[in-house]
Order: sequence, then structure tokens, then C-alpha cells
Amino acid sequence: MLEVRDLSMRFGGLLAVDRVSLDVQEHEIVSIIGPNGAGKTTVFNCMSGFYRPSGGKILFEDREIQGTPDYKISRLGLVRTFQHVRLFSRMTVVENLLVAQHRHLNTNLFSGLIKTPNYRLREQKSLDRAAYWLNRVGLLDMANRDAGNLAYGQQRRLEIARCMVTEPKLLMLDEPAAGLNPAETRELNQLIISLKEDYHVSVVLIEHDMSLVMEISDRINVINQGRPLASGTPDEIRHNDDVIKAYLGEA
Amino acid sequence: MLDSYFLQQLINGLTIGSAYALIAIGYTMVYGIIGMINFAHGEIYMIGAYTSLIVISGLAALGIAWLPVVLIVALLGAVIVSSSMGWAVERVAYRPVRGRHRLIPLISAIGMSIFLQNYVHLAQGSRNMGFPTLMEGGFTFGDAGSFQTSLSYIQITIFVITLICMAALSVFIARSKTGRACRAVSQDLGMSSLLGINTNRIIATTFVIGAALAAVAGLLLGMYYGSIDPLFGFIAGLKAFTAAVLGGIGSIPGAMLGGLILGVSESMTSGYLSGEYKDVVSFGLLILILLFKPTGLLGKPEVEKI
Repeated sequence: MLEVRDLSMRFGGLLAVDRVSLDVQEHEIVSIIGPNGAGKTTVFNCMSGFYRPSGGKILFEDREIQGTPDYKISRLGLVRTFQHVRLFSRMTVVENLLVAQHRHLNTNLFSGLIKTPNYRLREQKSLDRAAYWLNRVGLLDMANRDAGNLAYGQQRRLEIARCMVTEPKLLMLDEPAAGLNPAETRELNQLIISLKEDYHVSVVLIEHDMSLVMEISDRINVINQGRPLASGTPDEIRHNDDVIKAYLGEA
Repeated sequence: MLDSYFLQQLINGLTIGSAYALIAIGYTMVYGIIGMINFAHGEIYMIGAYTSLIVISGLAALGIAWLPVVLIVALLGAVIVSSSMGWAVERVAYRPVRGRHRLIPLISAIGMSIFLQNYVHLAQGSRNMGFPTLMEGGFTFGDAGSFQTSLSYIQITIFVITLICMAALSVFIARSKTGRACRAVSQDLGMSSLLGINTNRIIATTFVIGAALAAVAGLLLGMYYGSIDPLFGFIAGLKAFTAAVLGGIGSIPGAMLGGLILGVSESMTSGYLSGEYKDVVSFGLLILILLFKPTGLLGKPEVEKI
């Protein structure tokens, strides 16, 4: 469903990403790994419309999306998170999920003012969806707290819930396990697998936590210094000499 | 017992202050969302006053003089014209330069302000124009012979309309879908965009709302002062900006509070010191606030997380 072909991104004299290709099929978890500064997040930024790539193509469901504004990309069903939590911290937990459904409520100001039956119905639906996902990530009790007051692990789960209420087809998670303790990481594992199994969402993952990557990925792409190094199943990657060298240095 | 002279100053101050607050909301909302000061906002307010004057004169020429109709039609006309102006200012002076260095939109907004001021000079002439008060009289309290406190109908109208506008705005921001999106965009524009919110539209909406409130203030203060001129928006804009900073720029309740404080302190100065000192006091307040509480009374301190 997603295909990245020869993606390049140049910042002045620095070629941050050099002809990276990858693809994601439906119903699949694909990881991007690589040492720090390898260009993983830059690839994400190009895919989510944050950057306009200097070269190459990004196809989402056979549509070229490189250079499309980010809000349009997310409306196509391609939603991402960031390395650091970016919740609306001064809004309540449930408001975070409601505002993410803004476009589903896309009625005009007038029908909002007089609250037409159709508007009420949609508002109710988005509230139901928010409640469902809060329950799913175990935050229903917290619905009316300010998002900024949640514990870190809860904030990360809320971010994933916020992506899910937009009903994405493809979820891009940038280091979702960063800063989580082992127990929280295991919970996250279960959640990501369930997103694929139960909600039929494909996931692209950037992650440093190798146990997480190896356990849940269907395929892995390794990037080193902006260039593609290897790609394959977790087993293939584990035994790939180039990958071992890149991670551990020359023996 | 309250001194009736003091009470009079308080009433005058709250009247002028609530109108300042209406204008200040426009500054604070735009700042809250894009982090920039809309320096053309005072001109939008002035255009609101001119538009309502034109509408009122037009209705008078048609022989319509029933007060509620005149007031509502004038309000509607001013709101529509000023809102479109607010929208146009965002489109012409802000959107093309958004994301550049902060000075660039500032300069383009000042340019816009000069343009609008001079346009009105040309179109309407630079002399004062009398503004019909529409309603005369009021209530007076206190015994005849000593100082009497008066509360005019126009002051009551200003209070009531301002209260309605503020209540409506608060409900809109807290409850409506668009209001929710406004809050989200003001907290994290990039993330809102990634969640599929059309941030350009939300930004334009805040300019339009701010302009609409300024237009209401234009009509109210036009009636209160009884005359308007093309420079009418300049000083009011500065005052409202001061009010917004006083209350904490970016905070809507802050703008309301800042407006009231500024209005009261001005009228107290005119009442007990001298009218000439009132601008000294209001801008002195601005300096003090910037020195001792730069985030304003209700503004939240920016804590950078590292």
C-alpha cells in the first residue's frame, strides 16, 4: 500500500537520505532501524509531508504523495507520531481524541451553531469512538484530566489512541518505546500487534529497542548514513554481516 | 457608603474597559495561534466604526429610526465588513509570509495598517465625523445638590453587548468543534495539521472572529465618543494591545481582565489626577507589567522542556 522509491533528501550540502526504497504491504508491520543520525526520522518526515523530498517518489495506494501538505496526507489515512510526545497538553484527554476527529465532523459552522440532528449524530459518534479507544488503551478513567498531567507511559498510549481515532490505514510510529520501562514496552508490543491483527492497520516503526523490533516486525529495513543497508525478515537481519558491522563497528 | 464620584469613575472605566477588552481579544487570539501581533487590528476596529456610521446614516435616510433595528443592522453591517477585512488582512499580509522571520509579517502588518488608514482618509475624508448617539439619557443616583452618579443607556448597552459577545466567545472556544480546533492549533500547529485539521482555515477563523469583535467595539465606542476619524483606531489599538499584554497575551480571559483594569485605571486617573495623565498611566502599567510579570496577569510562563 505504501511504496517509497529512491527517496533522497538534501539539506544544503548534506545528503541526509540517499536513495532509500522501502514498501509496506497491507496488514504488515515494517520497521526502520539504523544507528543514530542514519536518516530514519528524515524518511518519516518526507512520508508524512513535513518535508518535500529532494528526489524520489512516495506512493500511497498508487497515488504520488511527495510534497502534498501534511493535513491532506493524514486525511488519506497516513498518520504519524513523533519521538517526543506531542499531545495537546492543556486540553483534556478526551478533547485530544475529539480534536483528532475534526475532519470527520466536517460540517459547516452553521450546522454546528444550530446543532442539526446530523451534527449531533456525528458528535455522538466521535465521542463513542473516543471512549472506545480510551478504554482500549486503559485511560478511560483519565478522560477528563489534562493530557499534560498523565504519566509518560500513559501519554504515549494516548498518542496512539489519538492516531487510531482518525481511522488511519497506515500508522507511522517514531520510537514509540523511547523512555518506557520494560513492562510498558511489553504492553506497547501487545498494542501494536493488536492494531495489526484486530484493526487491520499497517504500521511503520522506527525503533531502537531491538527486542521490540525483532518480536513484532514482519520485515525490517536497515538504514546507515542515509543509505539503505539491508532489508528482510527479522531473522535475515539478525544474521546479516553488514548490519552487525554497522551496529558493532568493524571487528 | 461608596463615594458617588468614585462610583462614577468606576462606571466610566468599566464601560471603556469592556470595549478595550473586545478589541484586545482580537490581538490575543491571533497571538495565541500564530505568535504574531496583528498591527492592522486597530484599523479593522476603525473600519467597523465607519461602516456602522454609514449604515446608520443610510437607515436614517430611509426613514428607519426604530432603535433595535438600527442597532442590529449596524452591528451586522460592521461585523460583516470588518470580518472580511480581517480575513483579507490574513490572506494578503500574513499567509504569504508565514514561517519567515518574525519581523517580516510584523512589517507587512504595519504596511497593511498604514494602507487601511490612508484608504479611509481618501474615501471618507480626514475630518472628524459626528456619530449619532442613538440613545439619550440614563439613570442618575444620589441626592440632587451633591455629586450625582449617572449611568447612561449607552453605557448599559455597551456592558450588555460586550457581555453577550464574551459569553458567546467563551462557549464557542470551550464547546464548539471549531473552538476545540482553535485551542489545538494554538498549542501545536504542526501536530494539528498532521491530525488532518486545516490549520490555514483555523488561522483565518481567528482573524475573522477578532475582527468581528473589534467591529462591535467600533460601533459601541463610536456611539460613546460621538465622533470618529481615520486615526480613531490607532490609539485604541495601542490601548487594547496594552490590555492584552496586561492580562497575558494569548489568554482570552486575560484580555478581558486586562481591558477592564486598563479602562478603570484610565478613568481613575482622569477623575482624580488629570485627563492628560491617563495615557501615561496606561503605558506606565504596560512597562511595569513587562518588567515584573512579562507573561501578564493570567498568562502562563513558558517553560521550555529540555
